[in-house]
Amino acid sequence: MLSKRIIPCLDVREGKTTKGIKFKNNVDIGDPVEMARFYYQAGADELVFYDITASAEARNIMLEVVRRVAETIFIPFSVGGGIKTVEEMRAVLLAGAEKVSLNSPAVRNPEIITQGARAFGSQAIVVGMDVKKVAPTRALPSGYEIYINGGRKAMGLDALAWAKKVQDLGAGEICLNSIDADGTKEGYEMELTSLICEAVSIPVIASGGAGEPRHIVEVLTRAGADAALIASMTHYGTYTVTQIKDACAEAGVKVRQVW
Amino acid sequence: MITIVDYKAGNLTSVERAIKTLGRPARISADPDQVARAERIIFPGVGAAGQAMDELKRTGLDQALQEVVARGRPVLGICIGCQIIMDESEENRTSCLGLIKGQTLAFPDPLLDPDGRRLKVPHMGWNGIRFTREHPLFNGLDPAAEFYFVHGYYTRPRDEEAVIGLTGYGIEFPSVIGRENLVAVQFHVEKSGRPGLAVLANFVDWRP
Repeated sequence: MLSKRIIPCLDVREGKTTKGIKFKNNVDIGDPVEMARFYYQAGADELVFYDITASAEARNIMLEVVRRVAETIFIPFSVGGGIKTVEEMRAVLLAGAEKVSLNSPAVRNPEIITQGARAFGSQAIVVGMDVKKVAPTRALPSGYEIYINGGRKAMGLDALAWAKKVQDLGAGEICLNSIDADGTKEGYEMELTSLICEAVSIPVIASGGAGEPRHIVEVLTRAGADAALIASMTHYGTYTVTQIKDACAEAGVKVRQVW
Repeated sequence: MITIVDYKAGNLTSVERAIKTLGRPARISADPDQVARAERIIFPGVGAAGQAMDELKRTGLDQALQEVVARGRPVLGICIGCQIIMDESEENRTSCLGLIKGQTLAFPDPLLDPDGRRLKVPHMGWNGIRFTREHPLFNGLDPAAEFYFVHGYYTRPRDEEAVIGLTGYGIEFPSVIGRENLVAVQFHVEKSGRPGLAVLANFVDWRP
C-alpha cells in the first residue's frame, strides 16, 4: 500500500534558507544543502524548495543549490518559485530536481502547465495554489479564491474550478496552500482540502497551518490529502519527522518508517 | 566501470550521482559498442515505451542490450528500463526487447483499494515489496524498507520464476523481476533513500 508523504518545505532566498533551523547539534542553519541532508537523514519522504528570489543572477545561485542538493540527498525533491518557461523547468530538472512547482506564472499563463507536462511528463509538474476563503459569488461559487504573488493579488478565479483545470492541463500533482491557515499552527484548512481532494484524481499535498502532529493525521485521513507539507513545526525543532510519522502510524495512517 | 545506457529517456545524472556516492566509477553512454562490451549495465529511464523503443532501435542500442545480456554481464533495469525488457507493452502497443517473456500492462481502470475506494494512477510515492524469493540485490535490507515509484504500467512475466518481489496497489504487481544476470525494478533506486542506495551497492558487487 502506498505511504502518505511528509514533505518539509524550505524557503530559499539568494541561496540561503530564510527560516533557519534550531537543531541541537547546531548545523549551519542557513544552508539549504545542510537542511536537505538533515531532513533526508531524519526521514522526510520528499522535499520542496521554494525560491523567493527575484533577480536573474540569483536564479543561477538557486540552480547551484539544486545541484548540490541532488548530490547530497537521494529522495525526490521539487523546486518552485518564479518558474515561467519550459527552459527554466528544464534547467531545474537537469540540475537534479525530480519535479518543478509552478505557481503564479501558471495562473497568468496556464499553457505552461501543458507545455511542461508534454516536455517532461505530468509526474514532473506540480501546480501550487494559494487559496483564500471568500464569500461565495457567481464567479467564485466554491467560496475559495486563487491568489498570486505570495498571496497579495486576488485573481477572481475559483479555486475548485482552477484545480480541475490544472488537472486537465496536465499537472501531475497539486500543492494546495491555504493563505488563511498559513502560519496559524492551528491545523490545515480541512474544508478546502476535502473539497479539492474530492474533485481531482491527481495527488494533493496539503499546505499551511500545521502546528502539531495531529493536524497532519487529520488532513491525511479526514480531508483525504496524499501528502502533508510542513515547515516551522520541524524547522524550529518543536517536533521531529519521526514524531509526526509515529503519530500517523498510531492513527492507522500508512507512512514510511524505515529509512 | 558501470555503464548507464543513454537513450534520451529522462535525466540519467541522478543514477550516475547515486553510483558515484557509492565510490564507484560510472559513465553515461549512448554508444552501442560500449554498451555491448560493458562490464556492468544500468538501464534506467522515464517516459513512454513507444518512444523509448523507437530510440533504442534507431541507435542500435536494442541489439547492444541483447548482446550484453547474452554475454552474462550484470544488467539492472529501472522503471521504463524494467518495462521494456518484456516482450511487449500495452503502452503505445509497443513491441519490446523480449529479454523476459511476458507483457507490460496498464493498471486496471478503475483501480480500487480493498475498501472499494478509487486509487490514483500513476502509482506515485513510497511503497513496500513482498519478496517471493531471495535475490542478492536485496541482501541485508530491512523487509519493511520502502521504495519510490512513479508509473502507470506494470510488468507481468509469463513465468512465475521471473518474479522476485511484489508490490500492492489495488492489485499486487511484480515490482522486482529477473532471470540469471538480468534484474529489473519498477521503482527508482536512485530516489529511494538509503535502502535504494543499498540495492545499488549490492548490484555493483553482484556476481551472477
